[in-house]
Amino acid sequence: MDVLTQNFSLYGEGFWGTVKLTVYSSLLALGVGVVMAGFRVAPVRALRVVGTAWVTVLRNTPLTLLFFAMLLGLPRFGVALPFELFAVLALGCYTSAFICEAVRSGINTVPVGQGEAARSLGMTFGQTLGAVVLPQAFRSVIAPIGSTLIALTKNSAIAGSFSVVELLSTYKTLSENGYSVIWSFVWIAVGYLILTLTISALFHAMERRWGVAR
Amino acid sequence: MSLTALSPKRAPRTGQDAPSALYDIPGPRARARHLVYGIVAALALLALVAWVIHLLVDTGQFAYVKWRPFGYVGVQELLLRGLGNTLKAFALAAVLALALGAVLATGRLSEHRPVRWVSTLLVEFFRAMPVLVMIFFVFVALEVQPLPALVTGLTLYNGSVLAEVFRSGVVSVDRGQREAAYALGMRKTQVMTYVLVPQAVRAMLPTIISQLVVALKDTSLGFLITYEEFLHAGRLIAINMDYTMPFIPVVIVISAVYIGLCMLLSWFANWVARRERGNLKNEAVPVGRAEAAPTMPGTRM
Repeated sequence: MDVLTQNFSLYGEGFWGTVKLTVYSSLLALGVGVVMAGFRVAPVRALRVVGTAWVTVLRNTPLTLLFFAMLLGLPRFGVALPFELFAVLALGCYTSAFICEAVRSGINTVPVGQGEAARSLGMTFGQTLGAVVLPQAFRSVIAPIGSTLIALTKNSAIAGSFSVVELLSTYKTLSENGYSVIWSFVWIAVGYLILTLTISALFHAMERRWGVAR
Repeated sequence: MSLTALSPKRAPRTGQDAPSALYDIPGPRARARHLVYGIVAALALLALVAWVIHLLVDTGQFAYVKWRPFGYVGVQELLLRGLGNTLKAFALAAVLALALGAVLATGRLSEHRPVRWVSTLLVEFFRAMPVLVMIFFVFVALEVQPLPALVTGLTLYNGSVLAEVFRSGVVSVDRGQREAAYALGMRKTQVMTYVLVPQAVRAMLPTIISQLVVALKDTSLGFLITYEEFLHAGRLIAINMDYTMPFIPVVIVISAVYIGLCMLLSWFANWVARRERGNLKNEAVPVGRAEAAPTMPGTRM
Protein backbone atom coordinates (compact mmCIF):
# COMPACT_ATOMS: atom_id res chain seq x y z
CA MET A 1 0.00 0.00 0.00
CA ASP A 2 2.89 2.34 0.83
CA VAL A 3 4.18 2.10 -2.71
CA LEU A 4 0.95 3.63 -4.00
CA THR A 5 0.47 6.32 -1.38
CA GLN A 6 4.10 7.50 -1.44
CA ASN A 7 4.24 7.65 -5.23
CA PHE A 8 0.72 8.72 -5.98
CA SER A 9 1.78 11.54 -8.30
CA LEU A 10 4.10 9.23 -10.26
CA TYR A 11 1.35 6.65 -10.69
CA GLY A 12 -1.13 9.40 -11.53
CA GLU A 13 1.17 10.75 -14.21
CA GLY A 14 1.64 7.28 -15.72
CA PHE A 15 -2.06 6.52 -15.55
CA TRP A 16 -2.92 9.83 -17.18
CA GLY A 17 -0.31 9.13 -19.90
CA THR A 18 -1.95 5.79 -20.68
CA VAL A 19 -5.41 7.41 -20.71
CA LYS A 20 -4.23 10.11 -23.13
CA LEU A 21 -2.53 7.56 -25.40
CA THR A 22 -5.68 5.43 -25.39
CA VAL A 23 -8.10 8.26 -26.12
CA TYR A 24 -6.11 9.92 -28.93
CA SER A 25 -5.18 6.61 -30.59
CA SER A 26 -8.79 5.42 -30.33
CA LEU A 27 -10.05 8.53 -32.11
CA LEU A 28 -7.44 8.12 -34.85
CA ALA A 29 -8.15 4.38 -35.17
CA LEU A 30 -11.92 4.87 -35.33
CA GLY A 31 -11.62 7.61 -37.96
CA VAL A 32 -9.17 5.80 -40.20
CA GLY A 33 -10.84 2.42 -39.60
CA VAL A 34 -14.29 3.56 -40.69
CA VAL A 35 -12.89 5.31 -43.79
CA MET A 36 -10.93 2.17 -44.71
CA ALA A 37 -14.04 0.02 -44.20
CA GLY A 38 -15.84 2.38 -46.60
CA PHE A 39 -13.00 1.93 -49.07
CA ARG A 40 -13.20 -1.85 -48.79
CA VAL A 41 -16.86 -1.95 -49.87
CA ALA A 42 -16.62 0.91 -52.42
CA PRO A 43 -17.57 0.44 -56.08
CA VAL A 44 -14.18 1.79 -57.20
CA ARG A 45 -11.65 -0.98 -57.46
CA ALA A 46 -8.59 1.13 -56.67
CA LEU A 47 -10.11 2.13 -53.32
CA ARG A 48 -10.90 -1.50 -52.48
CA VAL A 49 -7.28 -2.40 -53.19
CA VAL A 50 -6.05 0.42 -50.93
CA GLY A 51 -8.34 -0.72 -48.09
CA THR A 52 -7.36 -4.37 -48.44
CA ALA A 53 -3.64 -3.57 -48.58
CA TRP A 54 -3.89 -1.32 -45.49
CA VAL A 55 -5.61 -4.02 -43.47
CA THR A 56 -3.45 -6.92 -44.66
CA VAL A 57 -0.14 -5.17 -44.03
CA LEU A 58 -1.01 -3.65 -40.65
CA ARG A 59 -2.71 -6.75 -39.27
CA ASN A 60 0.37 -8.82 -40.03
CA THR A 61 2.94 -6.37 -38.66
CA PRO A 62 4.08 -6.78 -35.06
CA LEU A 63 3.26 -3.59 -33.15
CA THR A 64 6.77 -3.48 -31.70
CA LEU A 65 8.19 -3.38 -35.22
CA LEU A 66 5.79 -0.53 -36.10
CA PHE A 67 6.95 1.43 -33.04
CA PHE A 68 10.58 0.63 -33.86
CA ALA A 69 10.20 1.78 -37.48
CA MET A 70 8.18 4.89 -36.69
CA LEU A 71 9.92 6.23 -33.59
CA LEU A 72 13.42 5.50 -34.78
CA GLY A 73 12.91 5.60 -38.55
CA LEU A 74 10.88 8.71 -39.32
CA PRO A 75 13.40 11.08 -37.66
CA ARG A 76 15.88 9.94 -40.33
CA PHE A 77 13.71 11.79 -42.85
CA GLY A 78 13.70 14.94 -40.76
CA VAL A 79 10.24 14.19 -39.36
CA ALA A 80 10.79 15.38 -35.80
CA LEU A 81 7.67 14.97 -33.69
CA PRO A 82 7.25 14.38 -29.96
CA PHE A 83 7.45 10.72 -28.92
CA GLU A 84 3.83 10.82 -27.76
CA LEU A 85 2.64 11.77 -31.25
CA PHE A 86 4.66 8.97 -32.87
CA ALA A 87 3.20 6.54 -30.36
CA VAL A 88 -0.35 7.73 -31.10
CA LEU A 89 0.30 7.37 -34.85
CA ALA A 90 1.69 3.85 -34.48
CA LEU A 91 -1.05 2.67 -32.11
CA GLY A 92 -3.81 4.40 -34.08
CA CYS A 93 -2.78 3.06 -37.49
CA TYR A 94 -2.24 -0.45 -36.12
CA THR A 95 -5.65 -0.53 -34.41
CA SER A 96 -7.43 1.06 -37.39
CA ALA A 97 -6.90 -2.16 -39.35
CA PHE A 98 -8.81 -4.13 -36.69
CA ILE A 99 -11.54 -1.46 -36.45
CA CYS A 100 -11.88 -1.62 -40.24
CA GLU A 101 -12.43 -5.37 -40.15
CA ALA A 102 -14.96 -5.05 -37.31
CA VAL A 103 -16.92 -2.39 -39.19
CA ARG A 104 -16.77 -4.36 -42.41
CA SER A 105 -18.17 -7.49 -40.80
CA GLY A 106 -20.78 -5.24 -39.17
CA ILE A 107 -21.77 -3.99 -42.62
CA ASN A 108 -22.17 -7.62 -43.68
CA THR A 109 -24.63 -8.28 -40.86
CA VAL A 110 -27.08 -5.66 -42.18
CA PRO A 111 -29.76 -7.48 -44.21
CA VAL A 112 -29.26 -7.20 -47.98
CA GLY A 113 -32.80 -5.84 -48.33
CA GLN A 114 -31.77 -2.61 -46.57
CA GLY A 115 -29.16 -1.77 -49.18
CA GLU A 116 -31.46 -2.84 -52.00
CA ALA A 117 -34.31 -0.71 -50.67
CA ALA A 118 -32.00 2.30 -50.36
CA ARG A 119 -30.84 1.82 -53.92
CA SER A 120 -34.36 1.44 -55.24
CA LEU A 121 -35.11 4.85 -53.69
CA GLY A 122 -32.36 6.21 -55.90
CA MET A 123 -29.73 6.69 -53.19
CA THR A 124 -26.11 6.84 -54.25
CA PHE A 125 -23.41 4.62 -52.75
CA GLY A 126 -22.44 7.32 -50.25
CA GLN A 127 -26.04 7.83 -49.16
CA THR A 128 -26.75 4.09 -48.95
CA LEU A 129 -23.67 3.51 -46.83
CA GLY A 130 -23.86 6.64 -44.68
CA ALA A 131 -27.57 7.01 -44.10
CA VAL A 132 -28.86 3.43 -44.19
CA VAL A 133 -26.24 0.72 -43.74
CA LEU A 134 -23.63 2.20 -41.36
CA PRO A 135 -26.15 3.36 -38.71
CA GLN A 136 -27.52 -0.18 -38.58
CA ALA A 137 -24.07 -1.73 -38.72
CA PHE A 138 -23.07 0.44 -35.72
CA ARG A 139 -25.55 -1.49 -33.58
CA SER A 140 -23.81 -4.78 -34.18
CA VAL A 141 -20.19 -3.58 -34.00
CA ILE A 142 -20.33 -2.08 -30.48
CA ALA A 143 -18.98 -5.21 -28.78
CA PRO A 144 -16.20 -5.96 -31.32
CA ILE A 145 -15.06 -2.33 -31.25
CA GLY A 146 -15.06 -2.44 -27.44
CA SER A 147 -12.77 -5.49 -27.52
CA THR A 148 -10.51 -3.77 -30.04
CA LEU A 149 -10.21 -0.62 -27.92
CA ILE A 150 -9.43 -2.72 -24.84
CA ALA A 151 -6.68 -4.39 -26.87
CA LEU A 152 -5.48 -0.89 -27.80
CA THR A 153 -5.29 0.13 -24.14
CA LYS A 154 -3.24 -2.95 -23.36
CA ASN A 155 -0.99 -2.42 -26.38
CA SER A 156 -0.23 1.14 -25.27
CA ALA A 157 2.10 -0.43 -22.67
CA ILE A 158 4.63 -0.88 -25.49
CA ALA A 159 4.95 2.91 -25.79
CA GLY A 160 6.56 2.99 -22.33
CA SER A 161 9.64 1.25 -23.70
CA PHE A 162 9.97 3.99 -26.33
CA SER A 163 10.37 6.94 -23.93
CA VAL A 164 6.67 7.76 -23.59
CA VAL A 165 5.34 8.41 -20.08
CA GLU A 166 2.72 5.77 -19.34
CA LEU A 167 1.66 3.36 -16.62
CA LEU A 168 3.99 0.40 -17.15
CA SER A 169 7.14 2.56 -17.39
CA THR A 170 6.60 3.82 -13.81
CA TYR A 171 8.12 0.57 -12.51
CA LYS A 172 11.60 1.75 -13.57
CA THR A 173 11.52 4.88 -11.42
CA LEU A 174 10.06 2.90 -8.53
CA SER A 175 12.68 0.17 -8.61
CA GLU A 176 15.43 2.81 -8.87
CA ASN A 177 14.02 4.37 -5.71
CA GLY A 178 14.19 0.99 -4.03
CA TYR A 179 10.51 0.15 -3.74
CA SER A 180 9.29 -3.44 -3.80
CA VAL A 181 9.05 -4.56 -7.43
CA ILE A 182 6.16 -6.90 -6.75
CA TRP A 183 4.03 -4.23 -5.13
CA SER A 184 4.76 -1.66 -7.81
CA PHE A 185 3.57 -4.20 -10.39
CA VAL A 186 0.46 -4.96 -8.37
CA TRP A 187 -0.57 -1.30 -8.58
CA ILE A 188 0.30 -1.13 -12.28
CA ALA A 189 -1.93 -4.16 -12.83
CA VAL A 190 -4.71 -2.49 -10.83
CA GLY A 191 -4.35 0.60 -13.04
CA TYR A 192 -4.76 -1.42 -16.22
CA LEU A 193 -7.68 -3.35 -14.73
CA ILE A 194 -9.42 -0.06 -13.89
CA LEU A 195 -8.98 1.13 -17.48
CA THR A 196 -10.01 -2.07 -19.25
CA LEU A 197 -12.97 -2.69 -16.95
CA THR A 198 -14.15 0.92 -17.42
CA ILE A 199 -14.04 0.59 -21.21
CA SER A 200 -15.75 -2.77 -20.92
CA ALA A 201 -18.53 -1.33 -18.73
CA LEU A 202 -18.94 1.63 -21.09
CA PHE A 203 -19.34 -0.59 -24.13
CA HIS A 204 -21.63 -3.00 -22.30
CA ALA A 205 -23.85 -0.03 -21.45
CA MET A 206 -23.79 1.11 -25.08
CA GLU A 207 -24.55 -2.42 -26.18
CA ARG A 208 -27.58 -2.55 -23.88
CA ARG A 209 -28.75 0.86 -25.09
CA TRP A 210 -28.23 0.49 -28.85
CA GLY A 211 -27.10 -3.07 -29.53
CA VAL A 212 -29.01 -5.51 -31.67
CA ALA A 213 -31.24 -7.71 -29.52
CA ARG A 214 -29.94 -11.26 -29.84
CA MET B 1 -33.66 -3.44 -69.94
CA SER B 2 -32.32 -6.87 -69.29
CA LEU B 3 -33.16 -8.92 -66.22
CA THR B 4 -29.62 -8.84 -64.87
CA ALA B 5 -29.72 -5.06 -64.58
CA LEU B 6 -32.77 -5.34 -62.33
CA SER B 7 -31.48 -8.05 -60.05
CA PRO B 8 -27.81 -7.51 -59.34
CA LYS B 9 -27.74 -10.65 -57.19
CA ARG B 10 -28.03 -12.78 -60.28
CA ALA B 11 -25.68 -10.63 -62.30
CA PRO B 12 -22.83 -12.58 -63.85
CA ARG B 13 -19.60 -12.28 -61.94
CA THR B 14 -17.16 -10.33 -64.01
CA GLY B 15 -14.07 -11.78 -62.42
CA GLN B 16 -14.42 -9.37 -59.49
CA ASP B 17 -15.95 -9.74 -56.05
CA ALA B 18 -19.52 -10.89 -55.64
CA PRO B 19 -22.00 -8.10 -56.48
CA SER B 20 -22.57 -5.82 -53.51
CA ALA B 21 -25.94 -4.74 -52.20
CA LEU B 22 -24.56 -1.27 -51.57
CA TYR B 23 -24.49 0.00 -55.14
CA ASP B 24 -26.11 -0.77 -58.47
CA ILE B 25 -24.33 -2.63 -61.21
CA PRO B 26 -22.71 0.40 -62.87
CA GLY B 27 -24.05 1.47 -66.26
CA PRO B 28 -21.89 3.06 -68.96
CA ARG B 29 -21.81 6.50 -67.34
CA ALA B 30 -21.17 5.19 -63.81
CA ARG B 31 -18.43 2.96 -65.22
CA ALA B 32 -16.79 5.97 -66.84
CA ARG B 33 -17.08 7.90 -63.57
CA HIS B 34 -15.67 5.00 -61.54
CA LEU B 35 -12.80 4.79 -64.01
CA VAL B 36 -12.01 8.45 -63.34
CA TYR B 37 -12.20 7.89 -59.55
CA GLY B 38 -10.04 4.83 -59.92
CA ILE B 39 -7.42 6.66 -61.95
CA VAL B 40 -7.39 9.58 -59.49
CA ALA B 41 -7.02 7.20 -56.54
CA ALA B 42 -4.31 5.21 -58.31
CA LEU B 43 -2.46 8.42 -59.22
CA ALA B 44 -2.67 9.70 -55.64
CA LEU B 45 -1.32 6.38 -54.42
CA LEU B 46 1.45 6.38 -57.01
CA ALA B 47 2.34 9.94 -56.04
CA LEU B 48 2.59 8.87 -52.41
CA VAL B 49 4.76 5.89 -53.28
CA ALA B 50 6.89 8.03 -55.56
CA TRP B 51 7.32 10.61 -52.79
CA VAL B 52 8.38 7.93 -50.31
CA ILE B 53 10.83 6.46 -52.83
CA HIS B 54 12.10 9.96 -53.58
CA LEU B 55 12.66 10.51 -49.86
CA LEU B 56 14.45 7.18 -49.59
CA VAL B 57 16.68 7.91 -52.58
CA ASP B 58 17.23 11.48 -51.46
CA THR B 59 18.54 10.38 -48.08
CA GLY B 60 20.68 7.76 -49.81
CA GLN B 61 18.86 4.70 -48.45
CA PHE B 62 19.39 2.73 -51.65
CA ALA B 63 23.09 3.50 -51.76
CA TYR B 64 25.28 0.44 -52.11
CA VAL B 65 27.08 1.02 -48.82
CA LYS B 66 23.77 0.88 -46.92
CA TRP B 67 22.90 -2.54 -48.31
CA ARG B 68 26.37 -4.04 -48.43
CA PRO B 69 26.19 -5.41 -44.85
CA PHE B 70 23.46 -7.84 -45.91
CA GLY B 71 26.04 -9.53 -48.13
CA TYR B 72 28.36 -10.23 -45.19
CA VAL B 73 28.21 -13.77 -43.83
CA GLY B 74 28.43 -12.51 -40.25
CA VAL B 75 25.42 -10.22 -40.70
CA GLN B 76 23.43 -12.95 -42.39
CA GLU B 77 24.25 -15.34 -39.55
CA LEU B 78 23.26 -12.69 -37.01
CA LEU B 79 19.90 -12.16 -38.70
CA LEU B 80 19.28 -15.89 -39.10
CA ARG B 81 20.15 -16.51 -35.45
CA GLY B 82 17.71 -13.77 -34.49
CA LEU B 83 14.99 -15.28 -36.67
CA GLY B 84 15.76 -18.69 -35.17
CA ASN B 85 15.35 -17.27 -31.66
CA THR B 86 12.06 -15.65 -32.67
CA LEU B 87 10.78 -18.96 -34.04
CA LYS B 88 12.04 -20.82 -30.96
CA ALA B 89 10.12 -18.48 -28.64
CA PHE B 90 7.06 -18.83 -30.90
CA ALA B 91 7.20 -22.62 -30.95
CA LEU B 92 7.60 -22.87 -27.17
CA ALA B 93 4.85 -20.31 -26.52
CA ALA B 94 2.48 -21.94 -29.03
CA VAL B 95 2.82 -25.45 -27.58
CA LEU B 96 2.59 -24.29 -23.96
CA ALA B 97 -0.33 -21.95 -24.71
CA LEU B 98 -2.27 -24.75 -26.39
CA ALA B 99 -1.65 -26.97 -23.36
CA LEU B 100 -2.61 -24.22 -20.88
CA GLY B 101 -5.66 -23.38 -22.98
CA ALA B 102 -6.80 -27.00 -22.87
CA VAL B 103 -6.35 -27.14 -19.09
CA LEU B 104 -8.15 -23.85 -18.44
CA ALA B 105 -10.97 -24.72 -20.83
CA THR B 106 -11.44 -28.06 -19.04
CA GLY B 107 -11.52 -26.14 -15.78
CA ARG B 108 -14.13 -23.71 -17.04
CA LEU B 109 -16.31 -26.55 -18.32
CA SER B 110 -15.93 -28.52 -15.09
CA GLU B 111 -18.95 -29.53 -13.06
CA HIS B 112 -17.19 -28.66 -9.81
CA ARG B 113 -17.94 -25.08 -8.89
CA PRO B 114 -14.57 -24.18 -7.21
CA VAL B 115 -12.61 -25.45 -10.22
CA ARG B 116 -14.84 -23.42 -12.52
CA TRP B 117 -14.42 -20.27 -10.42
CA VAL B 118 -10.65 -20.53 -10.22
CA SER B 119 -10.30 -21.12 -13.96
CA THR B 120 -12.69 -18.28 -14.78
CA LEU B 121 -10.76 -15.93 -12.52
CA LEU B 122 -7.43 -16.90 -14.11
CA VAL B 123 -8.76 -16.61 -17.66
CA GLU B 124 -10.39 -13.24 -17.06
CA PHE B 125 -7.34 -11.85 -15.25
CA PHE B 126 -4.78 -12.89 -17.83
CA ARG B 127 -6.95 -11.67 -20.68
CA ALA B 128 -7.42 -8.27 -19.03
CA MET B 129 -3.68 -7.75 -18.36
CA PRO B 130 -1.42 -6.35 -21.06
CA VAL B 131 0.86 -9.19 -22.12
CA LEU B 132 3.83 -6.82 -21.78
CA VAL B 133 3.05 -6.23 -18.09
CA MET B 134 3.18 -9.99 -17.49
CA ILE B 135 6.44 -10.31 -19.43
CA PHE B 136 8.03 -7.43 -17.53
CA PHE B 137 6.75 -8.77 -14.23
CA VAL B 138 8.31 -12.18 -14.81
CA PHE B 139 11.48 -10.61 -16.16
CA VAL B 140 11.99 -7.92 -13.50
CA ALA B 141 10.33 -9.28 -10.38
CA LEU B 142 11.15 -12.97 -10.73
CA GLU B 143 14.55 -12.18 -12.31
CA VAL B 144 14.61 -14.92 -14.94
CA GLN B 145 16.30 -15.00 -18.33
CA PRO B 146 14.60 -13.11 -21.19
CA LEU B 147 13.45 -16.24 -23.07
CA PRO B 148 11.54 -17.87 -20.18
CA ALA B 149 10.05 -14.48 -19.30
CA LEU B 150 8.84 -13.92 -22.86
CA VAL B 151 7.50 -17.47 -23.20
CA THR B 152 5.74 -17.29 -19.81
CA GLY B 153 4.00 -14.01 -20.67
CA LEU B 154 2.94 -15.19 -24.11
CA THR B 155 1.76 -18.55 -22.73
CA LEU B 156 -0.37 -17.02 -19.98
CA TYR B 157 -2.06 -14.53 -22.31
CA ASN B 158 -2.56 -16.72 -25.38
CA GLY B 159 -3.41 -19.74 -23.23
CA SER B 160 -6.27 -17.80 -21.63
CA VAL B 161 -7.56 -16.58 -24.97
CA LEU B 162 -7.29 -20.10 -26.42
CA ALA B 163 -9.15 -21.47 -23.40
CA GLU B 164 -12.08 -19.25 -24.34
CA VAL B 165 -11.84 -20.40 -27.96
CA PHE B 166 -11.84 -24.08 -26.92
CA ARG B 167 -14.69 -23.52 -24.50
CA SER B 168 -16.88 -21.65 -26.97
CA GLY B 169 -16.17 -24.41 -29.51
CA VAL B 170 -17.32 -27.14 -27.11
CA VAL B 171 -20.35 -25.11 -26.05
CA SER B 172 -21.40 -24.47 -29.64
CA VAL B 173 -21.48 -28.16 -30.60
CA ASP B 174 -25.08 -29.07 -31.34
CA ARG B 175 -26.86 -30.26 -28.19
CA GLY B 176 -28.05 -33.43 -29.89
CA GLN B 177 -24.48 -34.69 -30.12
CA ARG B 178 -24.04 -34.62 -26.35
CA GLU B 179 -27.49 -36.09 -25.75
CA ALA B 180 -26.93 -38.88 -28.24
CA ALA B 181 -23.58 -39.71 -26.65
CA TYR B 182 -25.11 -39.88 -23.18
CA ALA B 183 -27.95 -41.98 -24.58
CA LEU B 184 -25.37 -44.47 -25.85
CA GLY B 185 -24.19 -44.82 -22.26
CA MET B 186 -20.95 -42.87 -22.54
CA ARG B 187 -19.47 -41.34 -19.42
CA LYS B 188 -18.77 -37.62 -18.99
CA THR B 189 -15.12 -37.95 -19.98
CA GLN B 190 -15.96 -40.13 -22.95
CA VAL B 191 -18.56 -37.66 -24.18
CA MET B 192 -15.94 -34.95 -23.98
CA THR B 193 -13.01 -36.78 -25.54
CA TYR B 194 -14.80 -38.83 -28.19
CA VAL B 195 -17.68 -36.56 -29.21
CA LEU B 196 -17.42 -32.91 -28.23
CA VAL B 197 -13.71 -32.04 -28.30
CA PRO B 198 -12.90 -33.51 -31.74
CA GLN B 199 -15.74 -31.57 -33.34
CA ALA B 200 -14.97 -28.39 -31.40
CA VAL B 201 -11.27 -28.42 -32.23
CA ARG B 202 -11.93 -29.12 -35.90
CA ALA B 203 -14.38 -26.25 -36.11
CA MET B 204 -12.22 -23.85 -34.09
CA LEU B 205 -9.01 -24.63 -35.97
CA PRO B 206 -9.11 -21.39 -38.03
CA THR B 207 -9.53 -19.28 -34.89
CA ILE B 208 -6.80 -21.23 -33.08
CA ILE B 209 -4.32 -20.68 -35.93
CA SER B 210 -5.22 -16.97 -36.03
CA GLN B 211 -4.46 -16.73 -32.33
CA LEU B 212 -1.07 -18.31 -33.04
CA VAL B 213 -0.44 -15.45 -35.49
CA VAL B 214 -0.95 -13.11 -32.54
CA ALA B 215 1.58 -15.13 -30.53
CA LEU B 216 4.07 -14.94 -33.42
CA LYS B 217 3.65 -11.17 -33.67
CA ASP B 218 4.00 -10.77 -29.92
CA THR B 219 7.35 -12.60 -29.83
CA SER B 220 8.73 -9.25 -30.99
CA LEU B 221 7.98 -7.96 -27.47
CA GLY B 222 11.10 -9.90 -26.50
CA PHE B 223 12.99 -7.01 -28.10
CA LEU B 224 11.92 -4.82 -25.18
CA ILE B 225 13.42 -7.20 -22.59
CA THR B 226 16.68 -7.65 -24.53
CA TYR B 227 15.83 -11.14 -25.80
CA GLU B 228 18.10 -11.67 -28.80
CA GLU B 229 15.35 -12.14 -31.36
CA PHE B 230 14.95 -10.91 -34.94
CA LEU B 231 14.30 -7.24 -34.18
CA HIS B 232 17.19 -7.22 -31.72
CA ALA B 233 19.53 -8.57 -34.41
CA GLY B 234 18.23 -5.89 -36.79
CA ARG B 235 18.93 -3.16 -34.26
CA LEU B 236 22.49 -4.36 -33.74
CA ILE B 237 23.11 -3.93 -37.47
CA ALA B 238 21.20 -0.66 -37.65
CA ILE B 239 23.26 1.06 -34.97
CA ASN B 240 26.60 -0.23 -36.24
CA MET B 241 28.83 2.66 -37.32
CA ASP B 242 30.96 0.39 -39.53
CA TYR B 243 27.92 -0.39 -41.65
CA THR B 244 27.00 3.36 -41.94
CA MET B 245 23.97 2.73 -39.69
CA PRO B 246 21.64 1.25 -42.35
CA PHE B 247 18.45 1.76 -40.33
CA ILE B 248 15.93 1.99 -43.15
CA PRO B 249 17.27 -1.02 -45.11
CA VAL B 250 17.14 -3.05 -41.89
CA VAL B 251 13.54 -2.01 -41.28
CA ILE B 252 12.62 -2.90 -44.87
CA VAL B 253 14.21 -6.37 -44.62
CA ILE B 254 12.80 -7.15 -41.16
CA SER B 255 9.28 -5.98 -41.99
CA ALA B 256 9.26 -8.03 -45.16
CA VAL B 257 10.21 -11.19 -43.25
CA TYR B 258 7.78 -10.59 -40.36
CA ILE B 259 4.84 -9.64 -42.58
CA GLY B 260 5.61 -12.56 -44.87
CA LEU B 261 5.66 -15.06 -42.00
CA CYS B 262 2.45 -13.74 -40.43
CA MET B 263 0.65 -13.56 -43.77
CA LEU B 264 1.64 -17.14 -44.50
CA LEU B 265 0.12 -18.27 -41.20
CA SER B 266 -3.00 -16.06 -41.68
CA TRP B 267 -3.43 -17.45 -45.16
CA PHE B 268 -3.16 -20.96 -43.74
CA ALA B 269 -5.91 -20.12 -41.21
CA ASN B 270 -8.16 -18.88 -44.01
CA TRP B 271 -7.43 -21.95 -46.10
CA VAL B 272 -8.35 -24.22 -43.17
CA ALA B 273 -11.52 -22.17 -42.59
CA ARG B 274 -12.61 -22.59 -46.23
CA ARG B 275 -11.83 -26.29 -46.13
CA GLU B 276 -13.63 -26.91 -42.84
CA ARG B 277 -16.71 -25.00 -43.99
CA GLY B 278 -17.14 -27.38 -46.88
CA ASN B 279 -16.59 -30.40 -44.64
CA LEU B 280 -19.60 -32.58 -43.82
CA LYS B 281 -18.06 -33.49 -40.46
CA ASN B 282 -18.80 -29.94 -39.27
CA GLU B 283 -22.56 -30.15 -39.60
CA ALA B 284 -23.13 -30.09 -35.84
CA VAL B 285 -20.98 -27.07 -35.04
CA PRO B 286 -20.48 -23.68 -36.71
CA VAL B 287 -16.92 -23.24 -38.02
CA GLY B 288 -15.04 -20.45 -36.26
CA ARG B 289 -13.78 -17.46 -38.17
CA ALA B 290 -10.16 -17.10 -39.18
CA GLU B 291 -9.82 -14.13 -36.89
CA ALA B 292 -8.24 -13.74 -33.49
CA ALA B 293 -10.93 -12.02 -31.48
CA PRO B 294 -10.42 -11.69 -27.75
CA THR B 295 -13.75 -10.51 -26.42
CA MET B 296 -14.42 -7.88 -23.78
CA PRO B 297 -14.22 -9.03 -20.17
CA GLY B 298 -17.61 -10.30 -19.08
CA THR B 299 -18.82 -11.05 -22.60
CA ARG B 300 -20.05 -14.51 -23.41
CA MET B 301 -18.38 -15.72 -26.57
